[in-house]
Amino acid sequence: MAIKDYLRERFFPHIWCPGCGHGTVLNGLLRAVEQLGMSRNEIVMVSGIGCSARISGYIDFHTLHTIHGRALAFATGVKMSRPELNLIVPMGDGDALAIGGNHFIHAARRNIDITAIVMNNRIYGMTGGQFSPLSGPDITATTAPFSSIDPSFDVVELSKAAGATFVARTTTYHVKQITDYIKQAILHEGFAVVEILSQCPTHFGRKNKEGSAVDMMKRYKEVTTPIGSKAKQENPDLIERGIFVQKERPEYCKEYEKMVERAMKGR
Amino acid sequence: MSKKVKFVQGNEACVEGALYAGVTFFAGYPITPSTEIAEHMAKRLPQIGGKFIQMEDEIASLCAIIGASLTGHKVLTATSGPGFSLMQEALGYAVMAEIPCVIVNVMRGGPSTGIPTHGSQGDVNQARWGTHGDHAIIALTASGHQDVFEVTVTAFNLAETYRTPVILLFDEVVGHMRERLVIPEKGELPLVERLKTSVKEGVDYHPYLPREDGRLPMSDFGGVHRFNVTGLYHDMWGFPSTKPSVVHGLTHHLVDKLENRVNKLAMYKEYFLDDAEYILVSYGSAARSALHLVKDRRFRGERLGLLELQTLWPFPGDIVREKCESARAVIVVELNMGQVMQSVKMAVSDSEKVFLANRIDGVFIAPVDILNILRLIQGKGV
Amino acid sequence: MAKPKLKQHHIDQDWCKGCGICVEFCPKKVLELNDSDKVVAARPKDCICCKLCELRCPDLAIEIETE
Repeated sequence: MAIKDYLRERFFPHIWCPGCGHGTVLNGLLRAVEQLGMSRNEIVMVSGIGCSARISGYIDFHTLHTIHGRALAFATGVKMSRPELNLIVPMGDGDALAIGGNHFIHAARRNIDITAIVMNNRIYGMTGGQFSPLSGPDITATTAPFSSIDPSFDVVELSKAAGATFVARTTTYHVKQITDYIKQAILHEGFAVVEILSQCPTHFGRKNKEGSAVDMMKRYKEVTTPIGSKAKQENPDLIERGIFVQKERPEYCKEYEKMVERAMKGR
Repeated sequence: MSKKVKFVQGNEACVEGALYAGVTFFAGYPITPSTEIAEHMAKRLPQIGGKFIQMEDEIASLCAIIGASLTGHKVLTATSGPGFSLMQEALGYAVMAEIPCVIVNVMRGGPSTGIPTHGSQGDVNQARWGTHGDHAIIALTASGHQDVFEVTVTAFNLAETYRTPVILLFDEVVGHMRERLVIPEKGELPLVERLKTSVKEGVDYHPYLPREDGRLPMSDFGGVHRFNVTGLYHDMWGFPSTKPSVVHGLTHHLVDKLENRVNKLAMYKEYFLDDAEYILVSYGSAARSALHLVKDRRFRGERLGLLELQTLWPFPGDIVREKCESARAVIVVELNMGQVMQSVKMAVSDSEKVFLANRIDGVFIAPVDILNILRLIQGKGV
Repeated sequence: MAKPKLKQHHIDQDWCKGCGICVEFCPKKVLELNDSDKVVAARPKDCICCKLCELRCPDLAIEIETE
């Protein structure tokens, strides 16, 4: 199938701003699904609220556009009730880790077979540029006019600690990695997290003097480095890209099936 | 074949009713006094190949059952006041996206943590207006275990028929009390199954286009029809819309599908109403004391009657007005500050004749408490 | 494997929002924004069909067709 066969083309052009990284994530995601040769009927995309969540409207899967922060909880119900379906849950940084933080760590703990994509633009875009738990300190936002004092989560470390069995990070500059990591995340049996640094030129870029979408993407090239690179040793401030975790651990739905077998025998 | 008879708590009667109705998915979070529902579900569902999941909170619990409903399951969650408060946003989602699901609230005293181990009926108006925005809702209740079983079955039937969340408002007294329950034979109670679309693969399916009878045939997630489900105002395909005609039409659809059927949805029981001078209106556990008093006074020749409501929302105002028309006074018996009394006052032609007999101290209302109010109304003193 | 040969740039002018990402990151500087801030293939002969423009385009507005 061609990429566009996975799209609901009648809703294009999409609502995202010019240069928004979320469109590139959509682009990379579609290529991953296309390269895996997946049928549209076997994928359920569940999203929450925010700029990121609008991705579900544009893709011709079974799509569930839910409430803020709860996408993983809805997705858990879908997956548990029909484990043969593939669940993809794209989330923004606030959606995934502020209001949705609890669901995020518990989905990871269960190791339920869901692909979570964190589209990290370090800002609440839909509401006009408030700082998020991924903004970090010294960021200007409408709710941090004197610059933020809130430390940020490290999505990779948080996911690892919570028990995710596949954890990767890349950026919208590194588009081939987006497709590669999402493909591997979908194929992975268990809770898979792909964090994608995604530029918001309208709110984050403008307020923090990071320039245009192009400038922000160039910055992703400069401030990131492959895991374990020499550059990282020389400059610990660099953000690592790559696959951080890829391991096996019992998957929740499979374990449930085993429990059902025990229950049927009365034990 | 002899019928299966059990001696159980109300919470277990609810579980039996849900299983009879065909529940196959439960998600929940422990909370007094509803926990036994989750415990029994955890035991029973795996044995029939169903799914039980203990979620991280009540918000997630309701979200998870909505997700499971979309794959074709009959779904249930159970909680009490604090958890029910947390569920309100997702409840509105189920209303807006028209997802069949059943939510049990075994009421305890509130607000806040309140008095967890004691009965109350303080969440009646929350069930109606807890989630934001204009909408309609179905809320049912029961006073005894056979009724708990039957209204639970009805709740699933109504959820499927109208594609709506249905709330079961039980209370701590009913939930924890032990009583005889006779499980009906298969087929004895009617069951409504999910109405599936007959639209074939490749043909445009409209998940939000009602049939002539108002019902919306569904297609399971994972099936041949792909569509969008959203909490935003949406068109007949489920895609967001801000078109005034769409917003207006959907609001009316969501409200009218239930409010226009208020009499059809009204479930109630009546005792000695024909010649009653004084009518008690009650529901849930409080109706047990009300019935006791009515029978006791009838024995002594007093013309007392009881209207026991099982449908609380949409409020059966026409029925309350009709039944209470010729009564000298109407006493609403409930374990709150008069939440149903407000609705009864609005329903009857003379609101001055409506009185309240209540307890709000965590202690169960006794027949004598109601009698004391009756005597005051009659001017006979206590 | 033979190098892919360009057949055509398919650019959806309605979808393009003129962000300039494809223009900036094209290794051969094939693309330009026109007067209406829409992308055009100004020097298609220089295209090496790396498809980075197609992959990075946030508007899914570019498709490189190869022979």
